[in-house]
Amino acid sequence: MLSIKDLRASVDGKEILKGINLEIKPGEVHAIMGPNGSGKSTLSHVLSGRDGYEVTGGSVTYNGGDLFELEAHERARAGVFLAFQYPVEIPGVNNMYFLKAAVNAKREQEGKPEMDSMEFLTLVREKMGLLKMKPDFLHRNVNEGFSGGEKKRNEILQMAMLEPNLCLLDETDSGLDIDALQIVAEGVNALRSPERSFVVVTHYQRLLDYIVPDFVHVLAHGRIVKSGGRELALELEEKGYGWIEEQAA
Amino acid sequence: MSATEHFAAQVRNAPRAGDVAWLNQTREQALASFEELGLPTTRNENWKYTAIKPIEKKAFQAVDGAVSAADIEPFLFEGLDADLMVFVNGAYAHGLSKIGADGVRIASLSAVLADDAASVESYLGKIADPRASGFSALNTAGLVDGAFVHAGRNQVAPRPLHLLFVSSGDDAFSQPRNLIVAGEGSAVSVIEHYVTLGEGSHFTNAVTEISVAANADVKHYKVQQESDKAFHIATMQAEQARDARLASYQVSLGGAIARNDINTRLVGEGAEATLNGLYLVDGRQHMDFHTNIEHVVPHCISRENFRGVLDGRGRGVFNGKVHVYEKAVKTDSEMSNKNLLLSKNAEIDTKPELEIYNDDVKCAHGATIGQLDEVHMFYLRSRGIDPTAARSLLVFAFANEVLQSLPLEAVRQSLEKTLIARLPKADHLDELVQ
Ligand SMILES: Nc1ncnc2c1ncn2[C@@H]1O[C@H](COP(=O)(O)OP(=O)(O)OP(=O)(O)O)[C@@H](O)[C@H]1O
Ligand SMILES: [Mg+2]
Repeated sequence: MLSIKDLRASVDGKEILKGINLEIKPGEVHAIMGPNGSGKSTLSHVLSGRDGYEVTGGSVTYNGGDLFELEAHERARAGVFLAFQYPVEIPGVNNMYFLKAAVNAKREQEGKPEMDSMEFLTLVREKMGLLKMKPDFLHRNVNEGFSGGEKKRNEILQMAMLEPNLCLLDETDSGLDIDALQIVAEGVNALRSPERSFVVVTHYQRLLDYIVPDFVHVLAHGRIVKSGGRELALELEEKGYGWIEEQAA
Repeated sequence: MSATEHFAAQVRNAPRAGDVAWLNQTREQALASFEELGLPTTRNENWKYTAIKPIEKKAFQAVDGAVSAADIEPFLFEGLDADLMVFVNGAYAHGLSKIGADGVRIASLSAVLADDAASVESYLGKIADPRASGFSALNTAGLVDGAFVHAGRNQVAPRPLHLLFVSSGDDAFSQPRNLIVAGEGSAVSVIEHYVTLGEGSHFTNAVTEISVAANADVKHYKVQQESDKAFHIATMQAEQARDARLASYQVSLGGAIARNDINTRLVGEGAEATLNGLYLVDGRQHMDFHTNIEHVVPHCISRENFRGVLDGRGRGVFNGKVHVYEKAVKTDSEMSNKNLLLSKNAEIDTKPELEIYNDDVKCAHGATIGQLDEVHMFYLRSRGIDPTAARSLLVFAFANEVLQSLPLEAVRQSLEKTLIARLPKADHLDELVQ
């Protein structure tokens, strides 16, 4: 599904990603952990096509094509989804309109007609129910005045509506209490399927009790310095990153 | 002939409504003022950013316009149940107008000046200073037609009043003069609406005076949708007595040069003024807003919220003055002006101007100039929304913040649709109009 080879990227002339290699097959869940500032969000931004990053080397192949040939909105329509570490507030635009626009953009790409209002409402209400979101969220402005937990749930709601192939979750668990964490994890697990892959960025192994990964990678100083199974997450939680950074150095 | 001489001659040769001593005197004094002041130049601090040279270059004159009911149809607000007064090139068009008999007093100023000038004597030219600028003087020197609205004590207008000023013909010069008098405890809504039939390069020089008596409530809308070749100069001057409320909503979309002076004097305690505005500037348009809120007495409130979207080589000016007199303690005033620049060549000069002569006040003001937020854009694009549609959505949301404040739903919705029609790939935004 996604093949990242020796990916290098910089911001304002400063190299942040220094040769990332990662192979993700359909249905797999990859967790990425690593110290603050190691480049985790940079990686998810580069993959989802945010402006301001310069890819200076390497390649990323998505479903057999060059991911960098696609603009951000085209990647989204092709099934790449980023759940933001810091979801963005959009004043003056209500959630319902935003969700509908997103869903219909994808359907247009797929050659399907726009979803009619009834169908949309039924679907969104069902998904909101799963995420225990109150109906009034639809009519509020996108993320405006939402609590941290509500914003993260809203990201998962968008993901559930868009049914992407590749889900990049950037610290979706940060700042969530245990109840919210469980709700979010359930939302993610409900989407797990043999065709869909996940990259889960987190600082906490606790999330991985609920979203069980196939692989855990450690990203430090712009490189993946260690990969392993889910037991690596436990080890990291216990010992921190120092020992790996030393090994790598 | 200089432009001043040209316009003075226009006024002198124009037919006049009403032949009463005080009125003749008002006009004569104003004409003398105009000849003395002339048209403003950029050397005048208040006109520093707005050069009106193009107005001086054309021979604007009175033009008879032939306008049919079908012509004005597109300018009516869908779903608005309102009294309607239509003015064609400044002259009241009785046949196109429709005024219910059950409401407040509504009449053309020309008729009132001819038959009953006494009923406007204590207001006309007394609220707005004819010497405020050469344009005000010129308008007063002409003083021929416009709308007169008078709500008596505790009278509540059953419908809003839609004043439709249609200009047609290339050189048409019109000088609407409106007077809104809201008696104690009364309530009226008036929409001043300026449009062009066709693409003419005409000149509108309007003055609107508003008197809001104690505890009265005036909602005033000014929608300026003239052609991009038109010149539009307008002054609104209000005076508010004790506990009087005035809300003025200014939406400016058209004109090559459009200058609005929007002023109110709070002369009774507890009076409250709201001035909101939206300007969309594109191409080579130039729009200038000068607002002045005078807090003369204690315990008054003013709220001001203007937003501008500037594209192309458009230029905007916002000068928001708040003048708090020495004895106007406990003044509560907020002013905000936010501008969105969509192109490298668009420009805005924004300046809050606070003159506060006592310490016991609460005054907040802020002005911002920015571009579309890259983070907002990325968020929308990351959800599959293409960049053009994302941009239109954000512009709409930004501008709509002001339109949302319009209490008349039909006017608000109509303007939201107008805004959407100006934006590319924005047809879906209709869904946000509710
Ligand atoms: N726009 C930018 N300009 C300059 N440096 C940047 C920019 N964005 C990110 N960086 C730098 O890139 C590095 C990686 O940042 P990134 O946000 O990818 O880290 P992260 O691993 O996601 O950290 P965290 O765990 O705190 O979220 C940091 O040193 C950061 O300061
Ligand atoms: Mg991060």
